[in-house]
Formats: sequence, C-alpha cells, structure tokens
Amino acid sequence: MNIQEIADKLKARFGESVNFQDNPLAPFVRVKVDTIVQVAQFLKETPDLYFDSLMSLTCVDYPANFTIVYHLFSMRHLYKVILKVEVPKDNAMVSTVENIWRAANWFEREIYDLFGVKFEGHPNLIRILLPDDWEGHPLRKDYQYPATYHGVPL
Amino acid sequence: MLKEYIEAIKTFSEQNIPFTIKGAPVELWYIVWIFIFGGVVLGGAMLFAGLASFAERRFAGFFQCRLGPNRVGPEGFFQFIADGIKLVLKEDLIPAAADKMLFRAAPYVVFIGTLGVFAALPFSKSLGITNLNLGLLYIFAISSLVIVGIIMAGWGSGNKWSLLGGMRSAAQIISYEIPIGVVFLTMIMITSTMNMQEIVNQQGGGLVNWLVFRYPPFTLFAFLIYFIAAMAEVNRTPFDLPEAESELVGGFHTEYSGMRFAFFFMAEYANMFVVSAIATVLFLGGWQSPLPFFILNIFGDYSILAIIEGFGWFITKVLFLVFLMMWLRWTLPRYRVDQLMAVCWKVLLPLSFANLLLIGIWMIL
Amino acid sequence: MNQNQDYTTIVKKASSRIEEIIIGEEMLINMGPQHPSTHGVLNKVLKTDGEIVDEVFPQIGYLHRGLEKIAEKLNYHQFMPYTDRIDYLGAMNCNLAYAMTVEKLANIEVPKRAEYIRVLMAELNRIASHLLFFGTMGMETGAFTPLLYGFREREQILDLFEMTCGQRLTYNYIRIGGCSDDLPNGFIEKAREFCNVMEKKIKEYHQLLSYNQIFINRMAKIGVLPPDLAIAFGVTGPNLRASGVNWDLRKNEPYSVYPEMDFAIPVGTGKVGTIGDSWDRYFVRMQEIEQSVRIIRQVLDKIPAGEIRAKVGRVFKPPAGEVYVRAENPRGELGFYIVSDGSQNPYRLKIRAPSFSNLSVVPEISRGTMIADFVILLGSFDIVLPEIDR
Repeated sequence: MNIQEIADKLKARFGESVNFQDNPLAPFVRVKVDTIVQVAQFLKETPDLYFDSLMSLTCVDYPANFTIVYHLFSMRHLYKVILKVEVPKDNAMVSTVENIWRAANWFEREIYDLFGVKFEGHPNLIRILLPDDWEGHPLRKDYQYPATYHGVPL
Repeated sequence: MLKEYIEAIKTFSEQNIPFTIKGAPVELWYIVWIFIFGGVVLGGAMLFAGLASFAERRFAGFFQCRLGPNRVGPEGFFQFIADGIKLVLKEDLIPAAADKMLFRAAPYVVFIGTLGVFAALPFSKSLGITNLNLGLLYIFAISSLVIVGIIMAGWGSGNKWSLLGGMRSAAQIISYEIPIGVVFLTMIMITSTMNMQEIVNQQGGGLVNWLVFRYPPFTLFAFLIYFIAAMAEVNRTPFDLPEAESELVGGFHTEYSGMRFAFFFMAEYANMFVVSAIATVLFLGGWQSPLPFFILNIFGDYSILAIIEGFGWFITKVLFLVFLMMWLRWTLPRYRVDQLMAVCWKVLLPLSFANLLLIGIWMIL
Repeated sequence: MNQNQDYTTIVKKASSRIEEIIIGEEMLINMGPQHPSTHGVLNKVLKTDGEIVDEVFPQIGYLHRGLEKIAEKLNYHQFMPYTDRIDYLGAMNCNLAYAMTVEKLANIEVPKRAEYIRVLMAELNRIASHLLFFGTMGMETGAFTPLLYGFREREQILDLFEMTCGQRLTYNYIRIGGCSDDLPNGFIEKAREFCNVMEKKIKEYHQLLSYNQIFINRMAKIGVLPPDLAIAFGVTGPNLRASGVNWDLRKNEPYSVYPEMDFAIPVGTGKVGTIGDSWDRYFVRMQEIEQSVRIIRQVLDKIPAGEIRAKVGRVFKPPAGEVYVRAENPRGELGFYIVSDGSQNPYRLKIRAPSFSNLSVVPEISRGTMIADFVILLGSFDIVLPEIDR
C-alpha cells in the first residue's frame, strides 16, 4: 500500500479533515488540528495499517503557521506516512499523541521547548533541553538571542 | 621468647656499650624495643603500601598492554614517593556538610585497625612485635576496627554516595567475617593453638607439612574460602563494591583528599598485606621454608641466618598472594551487592561449616 | 476509661512512628552531571529506597549546542563538520546520513567507488564505536582491562581514518556527492590486516568478558526491554535488535551499496537470560562487530575504480522541498529531516537522534532495579550525550 492508498483510507474515514498532498519527494497527508488524535489512533489501531513506530516528530516554523510533522512507520507492513498538522501561531496548541506512541513524550517536550507549541494532555510538558527558566523558544524564526543568561554574557 | 632475645640484647649492651643505663629492668627494655620495632613495622607497612601501589600500577599496565608509570626514577620506581609528596602537599578539604569530627577521625581509625594486626604477625622465627597467646583472636578482633572507620567516613562525609558506600562496606565486611571466623576455628581446631608463632612452628619440615596440605582437600578448601573472603574484607575486585567507582563515584572516600585520602589508600594496601600474611601463617607455613631445612643454614647453624631466611620466605609468600589479588583485580568484573551477600551466606558460609565438620570427623578418626 | 484511651493513642502514635522508621523516606540522589557512569554530561535524578531505584528523571541538555538552529544559518556544505559532532563516536555514519539526505533532496548521483568507500568507513566506524562500548561496559561492571583492549583495536581503526582524512575523531570525510579524498596507498592492505586482527581478538573478548560468570550475573535479566515497548518508545539499532526484533535499516530499507553485501543481522536470543536484557544488548553489539568485519572484507574485495565525488557546485541550491532520510548508525536510526526553500541554507533541519529515543525508555524499565543495575542498564544502551542534546 502506498501513501496514496493510505490517504484514500483516511479520506474515507475522516472526510474533509484530511487532505492528501502529492509532492514527488515527500507526499504527505495534511490533517486538521482537531482530528490528529483520531487519525493517529486510526493509523495505529487498524490492523492492516498498524503504524506502530513514530520515527520522528518535529515542527517547522513557516511564516503562516507552525507545522507539526509526524513521520510514521509500520514495522509490520513497512508502510510510511507523513502527517502534517498546521497550528496557528497565535494559539499554538495541539493534542498530544503521547498515549498512542510513547516516543512522542520526549519529542513533544522538545517541540514545546524549542518552538513553544503546547501539547494538550501531555503528562509532563516541561522544557527538556533548555533550562527551566529560559525565556523564548530558540527555533522560532523570530527568536531574539538574549544578551545574558543569569548575568553571564552569551 | 622475644623476651629472651631482649634479655640477651640487654646483657650484651650492658657489657659492651658504655652509655647504656645499667640495671634497668628488662621490662623497660622490652617497652623500648617494642617502640623501635613498632616504628620499623609502621615504616615498613607504609613503604609496602607505596611499593605495592607502584607495583599494582605497573602490573595493571602489563595486563592492559600499556606501560604504566615509568618516568620517576628507574622504571618509575620512585613514582610512589612523588605521589606521596603530592598527597602531602594537597589541600585538606573538609566538605561543609561533613560531620567534621567523624570525618577527621575516620582515616586514622581505619589505619589503626590495619596496623594493629601487624603487632601479632610472626615475621620470622621468633621475630615479631609481640607473641600473643591469643594472636588469632586478637587479629580477628582488631581488624574489625576497619569497619568502624569506614562507616565513620561514609557517614561523616555528608555525601549520599559515601553513605551508600559506607553501608555497603559495613554489610560486606561483617558478613565476610563470619566465614573467616569459621575458617579460623577450623585452623585452631587443627593446631589447637591461637598463637601465631606456634601455628607456624607446627608447619616446619617442608612443603608437605604446611597446613594447606594437612587434610586434603579440606584444608585447601579452607584456604580458598579464606582467600575469597579476605578479598572481600579488603574490598578488592571482584568485591570492591564500597568503592565501585562506576556506581558510587569513590564510595566512602569520595570526599577525601590529600593526606587523609592517603591514609585510606595505605590502609587498603597494608590490609592486603595483612590478609595475605594471615593466609600465609595459617596455610602456607608462615616463615617456614618449603624445604625441610633452611638453605642459609648450610653456612652454619646460626639462628640469625634462619631468622633472615624465614623472613625472606614469609615475604615471598605474602607478596605472591598480594600479586594474586592484583591479578584478579585486573581480570574480573565486580559483583552486585546482593550477589555479593549471596556468595557469602549461601556459598562460603555453608562450605566453611561443612569443612569444619568434616575436618573434625577426620581428626577424630 | 480515660487511661484506656490514652493507651490506644499512645499505641497508635508508637505504631505510626515505627512505620515511619521502618518504611523510612525516599532519597533523591543526583547521579551526574559529574559521575563516572554518565557517558558525557547527563544528570539522572534517582529517587531511591536504599539501593533500590524507584524512579529516574533524566535531565538532559547540558550539551545543547543548538545544531538545528546553526544549520539554518549555514549552507549545506558548511553544515557537514557539525554532523561530526552529533555522535562523535560514529562521526562517519553521521556524515553519511546527512550526505544521503541532501543527495536525495537534490537528486545527486554518487559514484560507485564513493559509495563503497562510504560503506567501508561507516562499518569501520561502527566497529570503533562498538569497541568503545565493549570497554565502557567492562568499566560499568568493574573490569578495567577490557577498556584498554578495546582501545588497542580501536587505535588501528583510528590510524586507518587518519591515513585517509587526517582526523581521528571528527572526520568531515564524507561530502555531499561523495568523499573528500580517495583511499591512500596501502589502505586496503592495512584494512585487511585489521580484519584479521579483529576476528582473532573478538574471541579473546568473549573469553575475557562475555562469558565471564560474574559478568553474566551482572548483565543477564537486567533491564529487560520487551519488543513492543521498544518499538513504542522508538528505540532503534542494536537495542531494538537485542529485544528480538529483526530490524536493521541496512537490510530492511537498504541504502548505499548495502544490498550488494552479504551479512547477517544479529538479534537477541536470551542466551543467558531473557530476550532483551543487558547481556543481549551487549552481545548483539559484539556480533555486529563480526558482521561489520564481514562487510569490510567484501567491500575491500569488490571496491571498483573510478570517481570519488560527483560534481556538486560550491554554491549549492537544492530545489525546494522536504525529505526525511534515516540511516543505521552504531546507536540506531539517525534521521535527518530537511526542509529546503530553494536557497543555500536549509529552511529547517531536524536531527532525529537515536540516543534521544533510546534514553527516553530508560526511566520506564529502570523502576525497581538496584543502583548498581541501573548503571549497567544505562550503560548497555550505549547512549552518547552530544547526540541527545544536539
């Protein structure tokens, strides 16, 4: 099954909430922000899909929005699918998939740390790489480098 | 019997050395002599610790396909002196959270516990600081002081890792003293004495008379049990849990620096000497030659020659056992704390009791 | 009556006090950032009950250098040296993964000889990394000597790398479109010699450490990682294979010239304990060394002549688009996700580091272990901190 067929399956199940984008290098499925958990659950739990592995979970700061990118993989069927969720910049919030793929726990913390996207329902959403009292989210394109940290010039 | 020598020395010096106080009681001589000899032993123990640390590092280098220290003096022989100077000159740090009293006292307690044993060791024929009738019991008792020192260090450092190390150490040493005690009992039963000199005297007349070959193979088992338990007593690999550096950083001596650390360090090496010496006395004939006679006595039947040669044999055997310990250290991994206890309580202790019983039956038969 | 009540309260008080004393309180210990078993700078806050670990909170980020941010400020060529610093023990593999990602993005064809050299270097580096693991695993269990033995053989690999690119740790050898230099004279012979030595020495390692009873006692049944948990947490590489999952990107999703190589994928069998225990993780790596030697031999036999680098301009602008490529590193799957906007610099570069996910499973499986076991367990995952913190 290629990504086109997987997208068709998703389309049949979720209708307008998912939207297949066929670009040659990395075709992906765009998912509406409020249905990501259902889509993820469907991909994980449908036996002939069984996306058991979350290869990577990251975020890209586009001018218009934050895009959360899920790279999923099915170790049983060797399928790959890329999900993208667009999150508005002024209310950067998306539901967690931590309870579906445990690997998302740290990935989501990292995204929260570096982009400031909040994950609703995450059990332990605290900074992971930066100190707890760090200000700002460095991987945002508009990030201003601080001059000092605790009086130490950077 | 040391007293006899001292009396001989007394009469000799009163007759020949002009400035000796004449007519002093022999007890005074005895005390003075003990101080001199104790000083020699103390110096010797420290020298041994230094040399052993150097030897261990060279051996480690050899085992690990590298050189080891070879810069200070010929083949790095004076490395331990350089190390000693460094340790003396280092700042003596005491952590703020430490229990200062315990922290300061601990190294000395450990060192005393170790050095105290030297008092009862028979270095050669009639040569030793004292000749206690209850020598074995004394050794058993005084070496327990080491645990007290280690717990003091572990608690006093005010460091959680040190505390864990100290507690492990206490549990370990106390447990392993039991098989050692049973082995001691076995040997006391065989020799029917606790006097160290007497035990060695009974093993004269060549290799076959050594106690390790007395009731084969039970005494050999006893020797192995003792040696394994002794390695646990001195915290050597595979039983070096109290200072397991991958887990507990440095264990009970994490917070120590400078001379206080040096005391622990010397105590460890001196302790290796001590347990090897006890094994030598109990099993390997002490200062007795493996031949039925002393080689040096071919030059004439002087007791002084026998004493010198006996001392040589004693040191050779002890150093061999110390080398064995080093060899094992650079070869084996380390046990986990509960496995260590299991080895003691489930293996060594039943074996040592069975050994005691079987030797007893053999002796009756 | 009154007196009776007093007694009951006293008894109650006393029993609660006894409970307090017996149960005691839990101790929080900082294991790290300065601790011998941190593998870099990692702080693990342990909640312990005596020697039993109740909970582990890994605190990472001490080595955070913001590589992903740096990448946005550099062009594609300039970022290559930074990939060395992702996993300094598998720098060649990181180079390779990054080069493959950019090549896929820009659709660059790599010359055959370069592909062979890349695989050769990647496998040599895999052995070097596993040799260091062998040494540190010995250290973790209290045996010092294996470390030096591992270093002895690793030295030969580093010599080979030094011959090739002049570097011994961070190579920057594999470039976008190929490699920086051809193999020097005498490399092939030296590499063959190394293969012979390695095959002999691995037997020595097994004698010294792998089948040592104390070592087995320490490693077997410690930190058992069931396969479903491993997959759920995104654990990859030898750690996943030790759990019995036959999964290796070199076989299952082949890249470069791996399809032409004949090698096996060692998986954990629970030979001395349970499948997925620390000993399996150790032994899978040891077997991987043997397989890597096999691959190296084949590469040395088959390596063709020819170009070593495709033409890639100094001003290099891949087309706009995005790509995610993963490769099998010594520690697991290293993934690069690059979003290009058609300019000289990546718009976004995400490094999916294997150790990051591998470490995330550690708190899960270390509940109820002893401190000594925890050290072993963590060591057996073979994490590298620069990779986690990036």
